[in-house]
Amino acid sequence: MLTGLALGFVAALLALAPAALAILRTPNANGLIYGASGVLSLALLVLSLFALLAGTSADDAVTLPLGLPWIGSHFRIDPLAAAFLVILNLGGATASLYAVGHGRHEHDRGRVLPFFPAFLAAMNLVVLAGDAFTFLLSWESMSLASWALVMAHHRDPENRRAGLVYLVMASFGTLALVLAFGLLGGADGHYAFAAMRAAPLTPLFAALVVVLAILGAGSKAGLVPLHVWLPLAHPAAPSHVSALMSGVMTKVAIYTFVRIVFDLVPAPPGWASAVVVTLGGITAVVGILYAILATDTKKMLAYSTVENVGVIFVGLGLALAFRANAMPGAAALAMTAALLHAFNHSLFKSALFYAAGAVLSATGLRDMEKLGGLIHRMPQTAFVFLVAAAAISALPPLNGFASEWLTFQAILLSPALPEWSLKLLVPAAGGLLALAAALAAAAFVRAFGVAFLGRARSPAAADAVETDRWSLAAMFVAVALCVVVGLFPGFAVDALAPAVGTVIGAHVPAQSSTPWLSLVPVAEGHSSYNGFLVFLFVALSGSLSAFGIHRLASRGVRRAPAWDGGFPDPSPLTQYSAGSFAEPIRRVFAPLSGAVESVEIPPPGSTAPARFRLTLNDPAWDWIYTPIVTAVGAIADWLNPFQFLTIRRYLSLVFAALVLLLLVVAVWT
Amino acid sequence: MLRDLLIQAVQMALTLAVAPLLTGVVRKAKARLTRRRGASVFQPYRDLLRLLRKEVVLADTASWLFRAAPYLIFAATWVAAALVPTFATGLVFSWSADLITIIALLGSARFFLALAGMDVGTAFGGIGSSREVMIASLAEPAMLMIVFTLALVAGSTQLSTIAEIFSAGVGLRVSLGLALVALVMVAIAENGRIPVDNPATHLELTMVHEAMVLEYSGRHLALIELSAFLQLLLYVSLIGCVFLPWTLADASGSLGVMALGVVAWLAKLALAGVLLAAFETSIAKMRVFRVPVFLGASLMLGLLGVLLLFVTRSSV
Repeated sequence: MLTGLALGFVAALLALAPAALAILRTPNANGLIYGASGVLSLALLVLSLFALLAGTSADDAVTLPLGLPWIGSHFRIDPLAAAFLVILNLGGATASLYAVGHGRHEHDRGRVLPFFPAFLAAMNLVVLAGDAFTFLLSWESMSLASWALVMAHHRDPENRRAGLVYLVMASFGTLALVLAFGLLGGADGHYAFAAMRAAPLTPLFAALVVVLAILGAGSKAGLVPLHVWLPLAHPAAPSHVSALMSGVMTKVAIYTFVRIVFDLVPAPPGWASAVVVTLGGITAVVGILYAILATDTKKMLAYSTVENVGVIFVGLGLALAFRANAMPGAAALAMTAALLHAFNHSLFKSALFYAAGAVLSATGLRDMEKLGGLIHRMPQTAFVFLVAAAAISALPPLNGFASEWLTFQAILLSPALPEWSLKLLVPAAGGLLALAAALAAAAFVRAFGVAFLGRARSPAAADAVETDRWSLAAMFVAVALCVVVGLFPGFAVDALAPAVGTVIGAHVPAQSSTPWLSLVPVAEGHSSYNGFLVFLFVALSGSLSAFGIHRLASRGVRRAPAWDGGFPDPSPLTQYSAGSFAEPIRRVFAPLSGAVESVEIPPPGSTAPARFRLTLNDPAWDWIYTPIVTAVGAIADWLNPFQFLTIRRYLSLVFAALVLLLLVVAVWT
Repeated sequence: MLRDLLIQAVQMALTLAVAPLLTGVVRKAKARLTRRRGASVFQPYRDLLRLLRKEVVLADTASWLFRAAPYLIFAATWVAAALVPTFATGLVFSWSADLITIIALLGSARFFLALAGMDVGTAFGGIGSSREVMIASLAEPAMLMIVFTLALVAGSTQLSTIAEIFSAGVGLRVSLGLALVALVMVAIAENGRIPVDNPATHLELTMVHEAMVLEYSGRHLALIELSAFLQLLLYVSLIGCVFLPWTLADASGSLGVMALGVVAWLAKLALAGVLLAAFETSIAKMRVFRVPVFLGASLMLGLLGVLLLFVTRSSV
């Protein structure tokens, strides 16, 4: 019943794409299409929330006579899918609301409007899919629709490069997933997930599937070193699409990983958890380190997405380890932490991208070094960015802290794991997570401090005006949810319990019955956290002190020029810049950061100025991608003569290939 | 219940009342060690009162954040300090925030302090904020590693529970020794003491904390100074309650036991103040880019402590 209804809404979203083409020239096209996609996302959100809270019956599945004729297309909503549908459609609804206002700034509507609802529909279908064929078809549609949106501003050569890199990486990811499902399906071609679950899998194949899932889902989510496309492609798209790609599409990738590794593979190999935890820890630190170095606001946000994906993967890896060692309570805690962080990240990252988009449309600038002082010109956008930045920096009492705290609690349970590799790895991963959290605070102090505080560094920033009401409404919905989830994380944890139960078989104790709605993941004496009380204490003591001081001591204020050690300089260029702010951290982490500094001193007698140059380069390019590109180029050169053969040669080549394949089959069996 | 609330209120008031005294003691001891007379130990109170009575001179370019930040910083630091058991365990609200949350609350205070440093748009504020977040980005993970060590030994991240279990005796452990050394190093860095930062300096090349708050005046400056006093008190109380937990009174103890707890706590503070002063006078301030090495050592000590606990924990 629910599945059928959901499919109906998704079909309506799909139908919006041609409708957008039809009404593209009318003046209201923007509001109509985004309004309709917002309403449909909202309907899907309500439906999936209902499915998550009220539960779904196992036979609530739909099989449509589409796709491959002998299997059809299977769809179903189980609690895990419902949880991710909530994340997805919440992001979709706020993005649509934001785009009603923000979309008006779009020059070339035809390149955005039709693809936006198609992108939303494809993501929904990925999560709804119940068989491998439908899943892969939806996955590829999602990649292509988002690629089209990345290429919306195709006149910028950087965007074209981003599009190319994205296309290549997306194809690579899909290839990995095709192979993974091929192995899961086995020789008999079990395409439906239910049949895959029941089919036996040899340990070798299980290991291969896990590796392919890490490659396929990990490349879409942005695991280091498969992340290189993400900071190129996410910022290149229009801002509401950037928010969807960073906040939501990475979560679809995480859903895929959880679905394959936790659900479809019957017994993942023991080392899988160690690999996932290690990759997650490295991803978290490397992602946030580049976020601190990036001076482009949207690129910085994209790198911070990489960090958060790392945090989520650490939680998933721990859950995998606990589950393999029959510690269901701990596994449920780690899984809850991962899912809650996925939800939280979709909230604050959307809000941050919306705010960055508002700044972009108000000033035309993405470069922090040219912004500044926006808190005076765009106070509401600045407030949203500030709250979301505090949330993503894991400051209590906001939601980012709640999920990070749960992850730390899961780490504290892991000394009981018997594997030596994990005993050595998990503390290190904990250290990496703590480092990433502290660096995230630094990155967002820098982003907010340089872009919104201080004095304007360019005329465009000095003349910025506050963004429209639709965009503001979307931003405020997102940050209000950040605050609510931060104050009462127990409700979110309880809501996620069925989803955790599906993959782990257990869930953390119900939180809504704890006294004062505290978060008590293990036991009362072990650890507890109450975001609401912490907020109440801070708010009370803050306002009490403000009231007391104003009543009893002084309330006088005199405006004067800045003191600045006695020599204030009127030029805004004397402010600390984003580059200089990052300099100490860049030096501390010099080996990792891939930054190259060079100072050019002119020869004696020359009047040319001395120059300082800083080039930022993601080392992943140098270490991994450049060798691959070179190798592919060399192979292509070597294969080039095969283009110009006679028909006889081609026929003999085909015959040789056939003989070779038959030989392989003969030897294999 | 009423009694518990009362103890919590006394604890909150005491931390606030004693914090300037601790800084006064440190300053006095430093002066005596360098053969100066030094100001009275009550001078910080007079400074605070003087600042509170003065009007605020606000830079033209300052935003609302600059004016709100002192209250936020003060509130977060005060709440964090009030949640550390000082003279008695089993505070009524200790379950609302564990040790990780206390560290994160201090992180929130620093977040807003660093932003306030950048708000006016001067080079000094930026240099201070930039260095502060660099120091924090290493000190915070080190602190979390120490928290992990304590939590793994005690089986809880609740500070009250940790103190109770530690006072019952957990034996001499290598991990705890490492954690103590690392915690002292982090405390020195987080409070901006020599050799990491010099609280008495106004020389631009050496400033971190002072550079961030350079634009503050009047009641705002008073609040920020008081927050710094509170933070020093918090770290000393934390070290005291974890590594010398035997003097902590039980929450159900009689009034006399409580009074004894308070006296013992004050003695711990005085001892820590004198030790800090002696340490500060015997060492030179290091270059800013040596600080990561110092904090990296503390991070590694913390990690080593956790690793030892992970490795020695028998598998269940």
